Amino acid sequence: MTAFLAYTVIGIATGCIYALTASGLVVTYTTSGIFNFAHGAIGMLMAFTYWQLTVQNGWPQWLALIAVLLVIAPALGALIQRTLMRRLYGASISTTLVITLGLLLAFIGVATVFWDPGEPRSLPEFFAGNRVKVFSIFVSYHQITMITVAVLVAVLLRLFLFRTRIGTAMRAVVDDPELASLNGAAPDRVAMVSWALGAALAGLAGILLAPLVSLDIILLTLLVINGYAAAMVGRLKSLPLTFAGGLALGLAEAHAIGNLPPNILNIAKPALPIFFLYAVLLALPQARLRVGRVVNTHRAPRVASLRESLVAGAGFVAVAAILASVLSPGDLFTAGQGIVFALIMLSLVLLTGYAGQVSLAQMTFVGVGAFAMGKFFGGGSFLGIIAATVLAGIAGAIAALPAIRLQGLYLALSTLAFAQGMSQVFFKNTNVFGFGGRLEVKRPDILGVSFRGDRAFFVLLCVTFALCGIGVLALRRGPFGRRLIAMRESPAACATLGLNLTMTKLAVFSLSSAMAGLAGAFYGGLRGQVGLNDFEMLQSLVLLLLVSVAGINTVTGALMGGLTFGLFPKIQRSLPGIPSLSFLGAGLGAVALGRNPNGWTSDVGPRIARLRKMLRPGDSGTQDGREPEPNVAPAPEAVSSAQR
Amino acid sequence: MTSAPALELRNVSAAYGRIEVLHNVSFSVPAGCVFALLGSNGAGKSTIHKVASGRLAPTDGCVHVAGIHINGADPDQIARAGVCTIPEGRGIFPNLTVAENLRMMTYAGTVKFKDVEERAFARFPDLAERRKQLAGSLSGGQQQMVAMARALTTEPSLLLLDEISIGLAPLIVGELYELVRQLRDEGISILVVEQFAQTALAIADYAAVISHGTIVAVGQPQDIADEVSAAYLGGVA
Repeated sequence: MTAFLAYTVIGIATGCIYALTASGLVVTYTTSGIFNFAHGAIGMLMAFTYWQLTVQNGWPQWLALIAVLLVIAPALGALIQRTLMRRLYGASISTTLVITLGLLLAFIGVATVFWDPGEPRSLPEFFAGNRVKVFSIFVSYHQITMITVAVLVAVLLRLFLFRTRIGTAMRAVVDDPELASLNGAAPDRVAMVSWALGAALAGLAGILLAPLVSLDIILLTLLVINGYAAAMVGRLKSLPLTFAGGLALGLAEAHAIGNLPPNILNIAKPALPIFFLYAVLLALPQARLRVGRVVNTHRAPRVASLRESLVAGAGFVAVAAILASVLSPGDLFTAGQGIVFALIMLSLVLLTGYAGQVSLAQMTFVGVGAFAMGKFFGGGSFLGIIAATVLAGIAGAIAALPAIRLQGLYLALSTLAFAQGMSQVFFKNTNVFGFGGRLEVKRPDILGVSFRGDRAFFVLLCVTFALCGIGVLALRRGPFGRRLIAMRESPAACATLGLNLTMTKLAVFSLSSAMAGLAGAFYGGLRGQVGLNDFEMLQSLVLLLLVSVAGINTVTGALMGGLTFGLFPKIQRSLPGIPSLSFLGAGLGAVALGRNPNGWTSDVGPRIARLRKMLRPGDSGTQDGREPEPNVAPAPEAVSSAQR
Repeated sequence: MTSAPALELRNVSAAYGRIEVLHNVSFSVPAGCVFALLGSNGAGKSTIHKVASGRLAPTDGCVHVAGIHINGADPDQIARAGVCTIPEGRGIFPNLTVAENLRMMTYAGTVKFKDVEERAFARFPDLAERRKQLAGSLSGGQQQMVAMARALTTEPSLLLLDEISIGLAPLIVGELYELVRQLRDEGISILVVEQFAQTALAIADYAAVISHGTIVAVGQPQDIADEVSAAYLGGVA
């Protein structure tokens, strides 16, 4: 009985923190319409700032709390709204996802610059050492503080949002900012208050949570995912349900620790919030298709014809063959890595760029592919490549099938849960990557030709990328591609036309993850061995952001994004002062450029044409204006969006 | 009349991006009058409405409200200065309750929430019963009542109405226009943008016809009947 009570108290205390985190998410969502993936990262940053002020600089707790929660966090929130979120009203869900995920990674990157991740730190509990006996168990003052703060915040938030004019205005601004301004409320100022409040709540949760776990950048950031589950219970709207969700999750976790045998607990404990999130998402009712919702889309780039893509593909392979014979083995590895990443990003072009579905689990499918390549058919066989593709395709279907009826944000969150779940249950399983957590993956022999040498393997990679690129473009031009674009532009219109959205989504998910699996087979072959850390969810985020920055609508975007990512380790070596360069680079890039789904590569064509025009004096430019500019010609979907 | 017009547009041009849709438009709404702005689809009526409420900055010319130059002011500033704008469609927040929609109306000025509720419910008793219902779940007519409640409760000096009759049953349209007439009698100046000419002309003191972004006729309703027919029937006067 004592044990039961003790676990219940621990559960309530932890649950309160989940609830607190989740209410911050809910507040930002209900008042800005944006699901802030960076919420946890803000909490982490604030916990570190608090640590810096109290532990390092010796400030009294109360002063540091005021500084962090009432000054720094609100200022950061207001700054985020002012510089980024203000421009996002009416943007597509994938755009808001990319921007907030970019912030998440950028904040992790910034934190690693200021606080060396290798150095252990801890934050003391509030009223450390004090505890009180309740019935037969001891409850620490810190736990009591957590519970009190969470309950107080919940009550005050509820009153603030529903009983005050500014609270009502915050929600009104999400509904219709223009109408809010016609009522006399200034939407920008109202939204700034929302973000300031959201950031302060994130900071509060971070500071209360940090003493319970170690002060670790990634750990603190990702603990918020547990808060996602609670927020989903309240469907991002209801604060009381969110609170209940947080408590349920905290209690389930605490009692699992108390009752499960250690061998199951090791797997189940970290995965529990993920399963909880997944279960809640699956229990969500089907979202209604919104008719006539206008998404701010940029004009999509022109799709290359078959002839153009064949010529470009052949040219690409020819250049690759030349490079293969001149590059040093080190450079060849870097370039090869870039091409593998490009192949993974190509799978995102299909899924996110064309079909508008966001997957945060792409590296998971890469991992499944690498696993199949290493384990099946003796390793290094052509059949292994096929197995990698098929198995990853099946994994994609499994990931998508239960969640396929969800849309936008919820679908993205379910892929995130899938990625985290797979990493806990599958990749960490010693049967998968062996006891050292590393699996050897050989390079293949195809039709008697060995591709084990660095040069041959590089050419094989490039040929595969070229073929996949040509395939993706062919798919885009065909009826399936039109269906994907139509689904992205207006699911409601598709449904009225009799298009089976579920099957289309399932097909594109499987196809995309199959391609990621294929890339996984090569990823393993290139590196010789793979480990579970290669397929973390955060890696998937970096990939998604980099391809978004380069251009998630085009094969060129995928290629450039992949090459950029491939180059990161090399640049990292020359910049030891920035430990998480890939996070910082991808994050800042996404924040700066993520609003244009066509990416920076889409600007290159027109810029070159303009430059040429400028370099030709005396030319009126009328002829030049008609030169083929691959990314500015009107695309069929521009017509369809205009007809909406 | 010696007082400044409630609303005056002088040589106003406006554009969406590079496409100019209003060309050199001038007219004024005398204080205490109903001014109807008529014209077919795409003539530029709603654009004038947007310019007058600050939602679209004119590319040229000036807009004056009660003699004060308002070019460049934000919509919320204009709203707080006593201009009540009911935009096209239903001017409500669908995910807020009726009461919360009414609470938003207190932003416009010094009216208290209690007074807003009292006045709105006295005029529209239907809404009192649905106080806690989400405004988006009301019928079209009730939604428009919520929207019109702002004109009724915030004591504006100028009211800008954009196509308030769209999608509503004739009976409700009649009721809404009866309210417009009452508001005029209370001294509020009103600009009515309306596609259904007869409905608006029935209560208007003055009217203007706009076609292709240019004012083609201004005057009292009986004086511009020919231009009204021409605007709607494509030049058949």
